[in-house]
Amino acid sequence: MTLNDLLDAARSLERDGRELIARAARADELAAARTALVGRKSGRLTELMKSVPGLPADARREAGAAVNRAKETIEAALSAREAELRSSGPAALQLDLTMPARRVWRGAVHPVTIVIDEIRDIFRELGFTIAVGPEAETEWYNFGALNFPADHPAMDMHDTLYLTDTTLLRTHTSPVQIRTLQAYPPPIRVLVPGNVYRRDFFDPSHAPMFSQIEGLSVDDGVGFVDLKATLVHFANRFFGKRPTRFRPSYFPFTEPSAELDVQCGVCRGSGCPTCKQTGWVEILGSGMVHPAVFEACGVDSERYTGWAFGMGPARVALSRWGIPDIRLLYDSDVRFLEQLAQ
Amino acid sequence: MNVSYAWLKAFVDFDLEPRELRDVLTQRVVTVDDVVPLRADLAPIIVAKVVECAPHPDSDRLSVTRVDAGTGELLDVVCGAPNVKAGRSYPFAPVGTTMPNGMTIERRKIRGTVSAGMLCSARELGLGDEHQGILELDVDASPGTPFLQAVPVGDTRLVLDVNPNRPDLLSHLGVARELAAALGKGTRWLPRTGARDFLGELTREQETMTRQLLDELPTALAGERLDASAIAEAVTSVVGKEGEGAVSLIEAVRTMPDRPRHRGAAEGETGGVRVVLEDAQGSPRYCGVVIRGVKVGPSPRWLADRITAVGGRPINNVVDATNYMLHGFGQPMHAFDVQKLAGPAVLVRRARAGERLVTLDGVERALTPAMTVIADAERAQALAGIMGGRDSEVTEHSADIFLEVANFDPRLTRSTRRALGMSTDASYRFERGVDVEWTPFWLTHAVALITQVAGGAAAEDVDLYPEPRATTPLRLRVARIARVLGAPIAAQEAIALLRSIGFIVEWVPGTEMLHGDQELMVVPPSWRVDITQEVDLIEEVARLHGFDAFSSELRPFRVGTVPDAPIELLASRIRATLANTGLFEVRPMPFVSGEEGHVRVRNPLAENEAFLRRSIIESLTKRAEYNLAHMQGDVRLFEIGNVFAPSSGRLPHEEVRVGALIMGARRPPHFTEPKPPPFDEWDAKGLAELIAETAFPRRDVELVSGEGGALWGVHVDGRSVGAVARVALDAPVWAAAAFGVEMTLEGVSSADVAPPGRASPREVAGPRGPAPVAPFRALPVTPAAEFDLALLVPNDMPVAQVEAVLRRHAGELLERLALFDEFRGGGLPAGMRSVAWRLTFRHAERTLRDKEVTGRREKLLRALEEELGVRQRTT
Repeated sequence: MTLNDLLDAARSLERDGRELIARAARADELAAARTALVGRKSGRLTELMKSVPGLPADARREAGAAVNRAKETIEAALSAREAELRSSGPAALQLDLTMPARRVWRGAVHPVTIVIDEIRDIFRELGFTIAVGPEAETEWYNFGALNFPADHPAMDMHDTLYLTDTTLLRTHTSPVQIRTLQAYPPPIRVLVPGNVYRRDFFDPSHAPMFSQIEGLSVDDGVGFVDLKATLVHFANRFFGKRPTRFRPSYFPFTEPSAELDVQCGVCRGSGCPTCKQTGWVEILGSGMVHPAVFEACGVDSERYTGWAFGMGPARVALSRWGIPDIRLLYDSDVRFLEQLAQ
Repeated sequence: MNVSYAWLKAFVDFDLEPRELRDVLTQRVVTVDDVVPLRADLAPIIVAKVVECAPHPDSDRLSVTRVDAGTGELLDVVCGAPNVKAGRSYPFAPVGTTMPNGMTIERRKIRGTVSAGMLCSARELGLGDEHQGILELDVDASPGTPFLQAVPVGDTRLVLDVNPNRPDLLSHLGVARELAAALGKGTRWLPRTGARDFLGELTREQETMTRQLLDELPTALAGERLDASAIAEAVTSVVGKEGEGAVSLIEAVRTMPDRPRHRGAAEGETGGVRVVLEDAQGSPRYCGVVIRGVKVGPSPRWLADRITAVGGRPINNVVDATNYMLHGFGQPMHAFDVQKLAGPAVLVRRARAGERLVTLDGVERALTPAMTVIADAERAQALAGIMGGRDSEVTEHSADIFLEVANFDPRLTRSTRRALGMSTDASYRFERGVDVEWTPFWLTHAVALITQVAGGAAAEDVDLYPEPRATTPLRLRVARIARVLGAPIAAQEAIALLRSIGFIVEWVPGTEMLHGDQELMVVPPSWRVDITQEVDLIEEVARLHGFDAFSSELRPFRVGTVPDAPIELLASRIRATLANTGLFEVRPMPFVSGEEGHVRVRNPLAENEAFLRRSIIESLTKRAEYNLAHMQGDVRLFEIGNVFAPSSGRLPHEEVRVGALIMGARRPPHFTEPKPPPFDEWDAKGLAELIAETAFPRRDVELVSGEGGALWGVHVDGRSVGAVARVALDAPVWAAAAFGVEMTLEGVSSADVAPPGRASPREVAGPRGPAPVAPFRALPVTPAAEFDLALLVPNDMPVAQVEAVLRRHAGELLERLALFDEFRGGGLPAGMRSVAWRLTFRHAERTLRDKEVTGRREKLLRALEEELGVRQRTT
């Protein structure tokens, strides 16, 4: 290599070096450029330096100076670019920040569970604990102890799936009232969530199994006014402050019995298809525990009084999310579950 | 139960619009499900005003009018009526309206002039026969107002949801009684109490009254108002007897005399027909009458309208009259053709074994001795209280009828109609309970009606009532009302409320002044079959007082004795964990198709879902397949629910379990990883560990390889609680492998808590303190020393075995042992794999010396070699 060759090479190194450095858009690219240009093992400057001693002595000074100049230029460019990259922030990294994030799968609890949990939280504030019981029950716990008259039209409201002559899949969560009353002395304040069964064919508003949640409050001196106050409080907490009304009703295991309506949230009482033009939506059934129920549980019905209520969280879920068909709740279609988890 | 607004008005004078009526009934009496205007066919008709009216240029008869129908522009309408005048309003059918006769109004040219609708006559609207001119409206309604809104034509039907305990509301009279009480009015035609229940001498008065009422009945039914004053007077004379005090009341009940005629008898005769009540259990009271010389034919308009209004179909005057009595007064009746009755005799008896009967619906029914029938001298002619027989049906050829007005036993009626799989308006009422005391009264009433609409003459009726109903007054403690309701109701108010719906109420002698111990003696009217005890009366008081009148102020309460069910708290925790892990909670049906070892539902909805699942995975498998069928391959589901297994006890063995199923992509696709790997065994194992650690905190969780054909069995404290397994699905080829995890959380106790009527109170545990936790360990202050070991492990040697050796020999300074790599293939000896661990050592107080670390490494390698023949990987 002649001196001229070397000087040319030094110049082109300076030029290429500047370009390479300018093109480096990220720290790693700059590091690669540094290695390629001034790397100790095989950087181009190092290679150039190695050829200096091979030149005639008179040419070495000039060659050394050229190499040093190239080195300084490149070092300066490198640190300038480094500072530039550091100061100008992520944009200089040339990331398209509109690209989507990396996520993990998102799951969800079932809409019916969400409703149950909300109801539970409200009643917990009012001192209720959670009680549960078996889904396969005896006729006595499901009907007999709850004052259902044998072979009476009241039974038509409970089309039952039987396992044997005397055992069945519970048609309501009320057997847990009986189990609780037999097992614990008053005062009792329990909330009972659970699955119940009816011999109802699937249609947009019926399912053979659905969830129910009921509450029971028993003590010396508990009256209908407590039922009303508690359930109105609940309705206001759960649905927002809306007018409520109680309607006469009938359940074999409560008396007096009443159903609670809240004003329709869609039309605010003026009447619409949702509330069948009545302006009201039924939310729960309730009543004072029938003395016969207390007697069935060995509880003194003269001393103790109590009230109970029951409601269907699935129906609440249907209206809250505007789900047109109850089967969607049970199909377990991941598209449905994902949509509601949003 | 359908109620006609107009019919109700015939009983009670009220000014409520149908919707107001709905609200009053719903809040005080019975829920009204629907309000149906019966002339919905007139809904498109609107009120229109004729603005201009000129003779048609090409016709003498026709007029051309300009009509304001509220549309904002005037319409040209050609009208042929002589009475059309400018400035007047008429019903108008716009283009597109379908008229009651089925004709559709179209835009068409009439003699060269386009007509945009039709001004209607009464006949065209189905409102009468008047067709000489169009119907001039004498209303203020602005043009465009719906005709039905402006003009009160057409009845309205209210659909009532009558609870099974209130059969008294299954008639217009019953609803009217309650409505009258709610509005503070009396009902027409009828005394407000079943006073005859306890005051025998009133029987005659009642009959006098009945005759009086019936004399005026035809006029009333024809639509003219009945002068109620005479009746009101009679009623007062009856009701006035209430004031004589409880003693006389009780005495009266006790000594209630028999009805003069056949009371107490089981056999009688009417118009030549012998009537025998053989089955008094099936029919506590049987009344009947022969009416000879009826002319069966179409009903008069008013009667047909009543039947139509409640959703029925007019058949003929006799049948319609009996239906009128059913819907009007709640008393089902049946008319037989006397000519078709062998004997002629009517026999109320049990069916004979093997006896058959073709009912009115043409179905041949096989009868059993559990069923009560009405028979003639030879064979069954009707199913008691359910349906008549075809052979003795009243037809247009019938002249003499036997009218049955009877009471049938609720349970027998119910069991018979269920056994035969049928239900009728009559059986619906009998199985709930029909007033047994008023039977002959309705018979008299019906006779009057039938002879009015069909002619004929009635013979003397027969009334077989072998064992009159016993009436026992109920005791009502005023203090008990306050106790159950939580708010005092004054005795005087309770008395007034109960009397308003026909209850007879008296003070228990001597208690009137005993504040706090006031007691009332109450006799419910005979139609209230549901009132049998004190609490029934308290409900009536609360209902009539108005539920909404009670305070809704929260009162203090005592903390209950029942502890939280642990399973519920646990389930919530697991749900939250799994949802955060990316799984969806599901609530599928627990029914599965049949297999050995499953609990069977005796009356399943479908034979392919006749069994109860034994595991959650059975349900999740079906749900995964459902998703695959909908082209969804990323399925991550879990459920906490109950499973059932056959047991030797009465009830199935029931457990609460958590189950999860995962398949498809492990992560959502991202541009850095367009095709994420699918879930594999290690994901399932991790999920199982996560669930187990959440469900059984601080317990010893172990996954046992290959247990019971599963991938792993899950053990907690050495006890098997579940498993992890590959799940076999009916899956398309593109579907990824599915993995299931299932664990038992709790066994469910199905045992009786105590025998019926008894309690078995548990010891009430005091509040529990916090659950124990693992204590804090000091954070390290010295550096750790680490090295890696890459070992050649035979393919068939479980790494757990290697780890056991490593742990045993590593000494107590081993802080962490982590398997971080496995390599199989290239360059390794056959049957071997390379597995690498990182070992971390730390001394709590000082830095470990290099020598100590290398010493451990060599010791471990020696031990591995000696105990397992495992060496370090060298290549």
